[in-house]
Order: sequence, then structure tokens, then C-alpha cells
Amino acid sequence: MNKDKVLSIRDLSISFQTSAGEVNAIRGVNLDLYQGETLAIVGESGSGKSVTVKAIMGILSGNGKIKSGTIDFTSRKSGEEVKEALLSYSKKEMRRRINGRRIAMVFQDPMTSLNPTMPIGSQIMEGMRYHYKTNKKEAYEKAVKLLDLVGITEPEKRMKSYPHQLSGGMRQRVVIAIALSCDPEILICDEPTTALDVTIQAKILELIKEIQKKTGISVIYITHDLGVVAKVADYVAVMYAGKVVEKGLSEEIFYEPRHPYTWGLLSAMPDLNTDDEVLYTIPGSPFNLLNKTEGDAFAERNRFALNIDYRLEPPMFQITETHYAATWLLHENAPAVSMPEALKERIKRMGEEVDLRGGE
Amino acid sequence: MEENKKPLLEVKDLKQHFKLGRKFSVKAVDGVSFRIYPGETYGLVGESGSGKSTIGRSVIRLYEPTSGEVWFQGTKISGKLSAQDTKHLRTNMQMIFQDPMACLNPRKKILDIVAQGLDIHHMYTTPEERAEKVYRILDMVGLSREHANRYPHQFSGGQRQRIGIARALIMEPELIIADEAISALDVSIQAQVVNLMKELQKQTKTAILFIAHDLSMVKYISDRIGVLHLGHLVETGTTEEIFSNPIHPYTRSLLSAIPKPDPISERSRTAFTYDLKEMGINYLAGTEHHVQGQHYVLGTDDEVKRWMAEDFIQQ
Repeated sequence: MNKDKVLSIRDLSISFQTSAGEVNAIRGVNLDLYQGETLAIVGESGSGKSVTVKAIMGILSGNGKIKSGTIDFTSRKSGEEVKEALLSYSKKEMRRRINGRRIAMVFQDPMTSLNPTMPIGSQIMEGMRYHYKTNKKEAYEKAVKLLDLVGITEPEKRMKSYPHQLSGGMRQRVVIAIALSCDPEILICDEPTTALDVTIQAKILELIKEIQKKTGISVIYITHDLGVVAKVADYVAVMYAGKVVEKGLSEEIFYEPRHPYTWGLLSAMPDLNTDDEVLYTIPGSPFNLLNKTEGDAFAERNRFALNIDYRLEPPMFQITETHYAATWLLHENAPAVSMPEALKERIKRMGEEVDLRGGE
Repeated sequence: MEENKKPLLEVKDLKQHFKLGRKFSVKAVDGVSFRIYPGETYGLVGESGSGKSTIGRSVIRLYEPTSGEVWFQGTKISGKLSAQDTKHLRTNMQMIFQDPMACLNPRKKILDIVAQGLDIHHMYTTPEERAEKVYRILDMVGLSREHANRYPHQFSGGQRQRIGIARALIMEPELIIADEAISALDVSIQAQVVNLMKELQKQTKTAILFIAHDLSMVKYISDRIGVLHLGHLVETGTTEEIFSNPIHPYTRSLLSAIPKPDPISERSRTAFTYDLKEMGINYLAGTEHHVQGQHYVLGTDDEVKRWMAEDFIQQ
């Protein structure tokens, strides 16, 4: 791998102090983001995916505590490499130097991230005015350009609109324009399309992809929808109970998944091409991080669990240069267990489809 | 469903307009007709603002329809109702809501939440009988009797939705209206709840009006599907007909927008755009066209002919 690393998270652990006890939300996460690529973090609610990116932005809530780990951000904007340890910055420094300027974030619900009392034009200009002290005229021109970039027609007219005058999809486009206003190096999208309709979701995802092509920005996606991941991601990290259980190239995760949890997630997705009656499910409910773990947190819900899963937490096994999974099934002494038949069938069918179109 | 069967629910030309001012009114539902037969699941799909929830609420009489009629088991239930009919309706039609936390009273135990319908309609003679009924229902939805003495906040999202289902089922209704019942849940839990609802339907033979914006989940649960856009039912048919041969461009755009877990084909694929104005479609000008079987499409003669000629390849 000689791609340039932009962000590298090492051994990150975060816990929250709550009235019910200590919640270990993140337990030793390692992730890398490369220049111009897209990393998708997938998991159920409570798996720690949002907490991970909040740590990157330095916006953890007050009771959160970083127990260990580093987040290194490498900037190549000025031509030379500048390394910065994000966790060593104070909240104030983060606000002034990083947030919005170098790393920007798009949140789930556009209505709550926009200011209802301010026209959208001023909201787009705000970041540039604060971070780069751009004068009003330049900022205005750039804001119009950005609105055009995110696919809003008649941008000059729209500059004076208020958020409530726009539809949900348009609002999310404005939020993306705000995020892009300071030419950040990393864009973090936290469930950017969950609050939107499927048809609009597809449009927003295509938009972000197109912008990425034009500007070469690196993107982190957080989502629980594997369909979205397939559309956008180069790399995928699957999280469960505060740990990355499997990570690898998008193709590796979708065509050769190795972790039982990934099998479950993939099988639980409805398939439009078959007419089977019953959906595959992962039994039980997501792991409660209030409980102490002994062994693998997923063992209880895992129908392929081995005895050792209840006693010892599995380490990360390397499968290929880029593909890792944390499951004892990959140990050399483990019994040979392969993914469920239905999923195998489906992957095979997808492969055939690709061949079919490749041959055209 | 065979044509000669008597429909359980029949909605005839339902219109629901909301007045916003002296001159303005929102036409949330504008002339929708459909039927639900006993024991089947009818999926109502559409984007936000298409009026799908409004239909559900009009059917269960949370709204008074502007015009049109709703018939349930052969009685007209829109407009004024006698006390007896109201009672009949309230026991035989139940609703499951989207947000399981918002629809459960946080200060009541599960036992009392689930038994509330029984209390109101005096459907038991002894407290033991009441508890026994609740335990039986909890067991059906995959919870245990220990859960009965807990409060809603002690449950996970999926379990709370099961409680919502239990509360609806305990009345042994003929029709359940599930309004976005799985949209707020995690993917793995969605699958559990969908399977549970299918299983329960087999046991109880209850009909379900399943309202959702996600076509892929609707496919698993529905026998028939109605696609709704801007208050008009643009296409209806059996699940098979809608998925294998979508005619209306809006249905096609919905189908093409569903992402698939296949990175190679997903990356190159762009979703099919649907723009009402650009295509010059006027829903009011269109009439219902019969395609085949139970498959109907809304449109003018020319439009339908043109759409049928266009091939739809779902890639």
C-alpha cells in the first residue's frame, strides 16, 4: 500500500460515565483513511460508529472520556506533509483549526443542523468568513458556486431562502454545500440519507460521489444500510459492540465476508431477485455495552459460536493484505464453517450478473 | 385473492384535504380507492408527503375524510357512527405506530399497557384471566412473562415494537394498520419484526395494511402493493406484478433507487429520475388502466401505451 494516509486511528478506547455505570462505547479501534477514498463504517445503533467520528471531530459529550489511543491527521494541502495529533488539541483549538475548515461533517437530519432564522446563503458564507476571513463579496460568489455544485438550480435566488422554504433533499444539499465551503480535506457523513426518501437518497449519494471525483476529498460514511455502502465505499469497516469486527475493501466485504456478523447483516437485507418467504435474521438484540464482556461480545447472537468465543476475545486475523476479521473461525484449529447457503447463492448470482454485463 | 371474496376493508374515492388558510388547502389524499381482503397484507408505499399515513389515519377514523367512503365488513364507517358500530370498529381495527418509544406510556407497566384495550372493553372477568391473556400474547410476540412487570424504558427498540404488536393483537382484530412500523428499527431487527408479523398473520389470519416507504421490506410482507404519489394511487397489483413488471415511471424510479449489496454493479448504476412536470404527467387527467390480473396503472391512454412499450431493466 503506498497510498497516502490522511487519517489514522490507533487503539482508540472511549468510555462514558452514566448514572447506570460506565459504558465502554469504543474498545480499541484501528482505522485508516486514504487520500481521495471513501471509508464506510457500518453497524447497528450502539455499535460505536458515531462515537468514533465524534472523537475525530472532538465533539464528544461531556461525560465521554478517551481512555487510550491516538488519532493522527496528515495534511498535504500546502504541498508538504504536516502530521497533527488531533487528540492533543483542546476543544477550542479544534474549533479554530480543524472543525469545518479541515474536517467537515454532514449530520443526519438537515432540519436540525441548519439555522431556521438565517438565510441559507449566509449560512454557507459563515464558515469562510470565520476560518479564512474571506471578504463578503468573495464569500458570496463562492457560496453561489457551491450551491450550483450541489445541484440547486437558480442559486442566486436561493441564497436568500430560509431552510423551511426548501424540501428535505434540498436542505441536505445545502448542508453539504456548507460542509464543502472551506475546502476541507475530510468530509464525514453521519447517516446523511437516513432521514430522506429512497429516491432522494440515491440522488444525494450520487452527488457526494461526483463531488469527490471533482475535488479529491476523502470521505467517511457512517451508516447502517449496507446498500448505501455498496454504492459509495472503497473500504468498509463493520463495527459491533465498540469494536471493528471486519474490515477490508468493499469487494472483499461483499463478495467474501468472513465474520458471522457480516454474514448476518448481508443476509438480513431484503433481496429483490428471489421469492423466499422468510428473511434471515440475527437472533437477539444488540449488545448492551453496560455489561462487562468476557470473550466475544457477539457470541450470544452467533449461531456459529465456538466454545472459545465465550472465554476469549478473538484477535484480528489477516486474510489478505487489506482484509481483516476478528473471529475465531479463522484460527487454524477452528472447524471449517462457511457462510450460510442462501448468502453464498446470492453472491454467486451477483458475480454472474457482473460477468454478464462485463461480456456485453 | 379471488375476486368473488368479500372485501374486509373497502376505500372508495377517499379524499382528505387539510385547510391551511382561507384559500389554501393541502390535498394530502386525492381520490384513492382500494380493497383489502380478509387475511391478506396490503402494502402502501410512497415517499414522505405522498399521503400514505393520512390514508391509514383516515381509515381508523383519526381524521374525518373530506369526501369518499370507507367500508369495513360491509358497514360504512366514514361519517357519523352509532355507539355500537364505534365499539365494533375499535375492537376490530388496531394500529401499530412508527416510534415504539413515543407510543408506549412510560409510566405504565407492560402488563397494563397491553391490557388497556381489554380494560376499556371489559373483556375479562377476573384479574387472573386478564394477566393470562397478556402472558399468552407476550409469548406469541417472543417476549416472556417476566417482561410484563417492566416499564417501556427497560426494553430495546425491537422489543418495544413487539410490545406495540402485542397491544394490537390482544384485541384479536380483523385488521391491523402498521404505519411505518419497522422504519425506526435497525436492519437486523427489522428482519426479525417482519418475520414475526408474517408468522403471527399465519396464526391469527389478521389482515394488515402495511404502510412503508421502503419497497424492499414491503416485498417480503405484502400480498398486494399500492404505490402512492402525491395523494394518488399510481399503480396497484400483486407483489409479483409490481416487482416483475412495473409500468408507471414513479414505481420504476422507486425500484431503481433501492440499493443492492453489490459494490460492482452499484458503483456504475444511477437511479432513474422521476419528474412529474418534466414528463408532463397530470394525475387528474389519468384514468385507471387494467394491465393484467390485478395490476392497474393510473394514466391517460397515450401515457400507458408509451410506458408499456418502454422496457424496464432493473439494473
